[in-house]
Amino acid sequence: MTQIVEFSASHVAPDRNAVFESQGIPPGASVNQQVDRLYSQASALLADTAAPAGVLCEISKSDFAVVYHGEGRNEADTPVGDIFDRADRLALFTVTLGAATGEEIGRRFEANDFALACMLDSAASVAADRIADLVEQRYRDSLIHGDWQTASGGVLRYSPGYCGWHISGQKKLFDFLRPEQIGVTLRDSFLMEPLKSVSGVIVAGPREIHNFPITYGFCRHCETRSCRQRLRALFAD
Amino acid sequence: MDLLAEIASGVIDGNDQKVAQVTQQVIEQGKSPKSILDRGLIAGMNVVGERFRVHDIFLPDVLLAARAMYAGMDLLKPLLIKEGIPSLGKVVIGSVRGDLHDIGKNLVGIMLKGAGFEVIDLGNDVPPEKMVQAAQEQDAAVIGMSALLTTTMPVMGEVVDLIKREGLTGQLKTIVGGAPVSADFARDIGADAHGFDAANAVVQVKNLLNVR
Repeated sequence: MTQIVEFSASHVAPDRNAVFESQGIPPGASVNQQVDRLYSQASALLADTAAPAGVLCEISKSDFAVVYHGEGRNEADTPVGDIFDRADRLALFTVTLGAATGEEIGRRFEANDFALACMLDSAASVAADRIADLVEQRYRDSLIHGDWQTASGGVLRYSPGYCGWHISGQKKLFDFLRPEQIGVTLRDSFLMEPLKSVSGVIVAGPREIHNFPITYGFCRHCETRSCRQRLRALFAD
Repeated sequence: MDLLAEIASGVIDGNDQKVAQVTQQVIEQGKSPKSILDRGLIAGMNVVGERFRVHDIFLPDVLLAARAMYAGMDLLKPLLIKEGIPSLGKVVIGSVRGDLHDIGKNLVGIMLKGAGFEVIDLGNDVPPEKMVQAAQEQDAAVIGMSALLTTTMPVMGEVVDLIKREGLTGQLKTIVGGAPVSADFARDIGADAHGFDAANAVVQVKNLLNVR
C-alpha cells in the first residue's frame, strides 16, 4: 500500500558538520565568522522554503525485478542485482524537499551570491538525504512492529544512478510508485524535478546481504567509495 | 598599500563592498582596465586559489572571494569590452546528461573566471550534442565536464567521441572532473585532462591552452 509522509522543515534541519563536510570542510576545522554566518543564513532560508514529503510503497521481488531491469541499461553485475533476491522485504520510495528551496538557490546564484547559494545547496542536499533517512527509518519501524526479525537484520537503501543501476531505472520506478502525487516528476534524462529529491529501493534482509565487495567493473573508476561508509554505519553496532 | 593591492586584498577577504569602492576609485583615476584586472582582481583570486589548493581556506571562502571579484568585474567589464581586451580563452562547462550535481562545476567556472577565462556555463544535465554545439558556436577552446554519478561518467566519453567524429580533435580540448572521476578514467576515455579539484582544473586548463 502506498503511504505518503510529510515532515516539518524542523525535522530535516541539516547537521552543521554534515553541511560543512559537503562543502569540503574537514571535521573539527575552524572556520571564520563569515562562514558561520553563511551557515546560519542558509539554515534559515531552508527552514523558510523546505516542504519535505515522501512516498513509500512495498514491492514484491518479482515486481522489483521488472523495476530494476528498467530500460535494460544496467551494468551486467551490480550490488542491487545481487542483493534484492536475498532480501526479506523491499519498498520503493521517493522523497523531496519541494521546489521552493531549489528556486531560492537559483536566485542566489543569479545574484552572484555564490557562497550563500552553495551553502544552501549543500544544506538542501543534506536535508534531502535526511528525509530519505526518516522514510527508511519509518519503514524499518513498521517492519519491527510487524513480524520481521531484526536481530541480524539490516535495512539499507539503493538508488538508480549509483553502483551500476542505470539512471534510466527511474522510469519504471516512477511508473510503479507514482511520486507525482508528492510533486516529483521525471525529466527526459531521468533526473527528478525538483532536483533536491531522492528515490530508490529500501532493502530489508539479513545484514550480510548488503556486504558487497568493491570488485564490480564500475568500482575501478569510482573515486568516492561512499558505499564503504554506508556499510560501516550498517555494521557499526 | 597601493590601490590595486587593496583591491586584491579585498578579494582575498571576500569584502565585496571594499572591492567595488576601490575599483570605482581607480577607474576614476584613469588606471588601465587591464592593470586593474591583472594586478587587482586576478591577483587576489590567484592568492585565494593557491590558499584553497593547500587547504588553508575552504570552499565558502573561495565563493565569498568570487563574489567580491565579481563586484569589481561588474564595473570593469564594460571598459574591458570597450578596449577590446581579450580573455585568456573561452571554456564551455557543464554537468553531463543525467547528472544534476553542479557545486564542483560551479566552483570551477568561478575560479576559471577569476583566472581570466571566459566561461559559458551550460548548467546541469547537458547532452553531448549541446556541449559540442555550444563550444563550436562560441568558438571555445575547451569543454569542461563534471559528473558525480558513476553511471553518468560514460557520457563524458560520448562527448570525446563526438568531438572526434566532428573532426575537432586537437582544436577543442576536454577536461573532466567530479568526485568519482579519476585520472585513469580520463585517460581511458581520451580526455585531454583531469582536474582533481577546482584549483587544479584551472591549472590544467592553462596547461591545455599554454597560458601562463
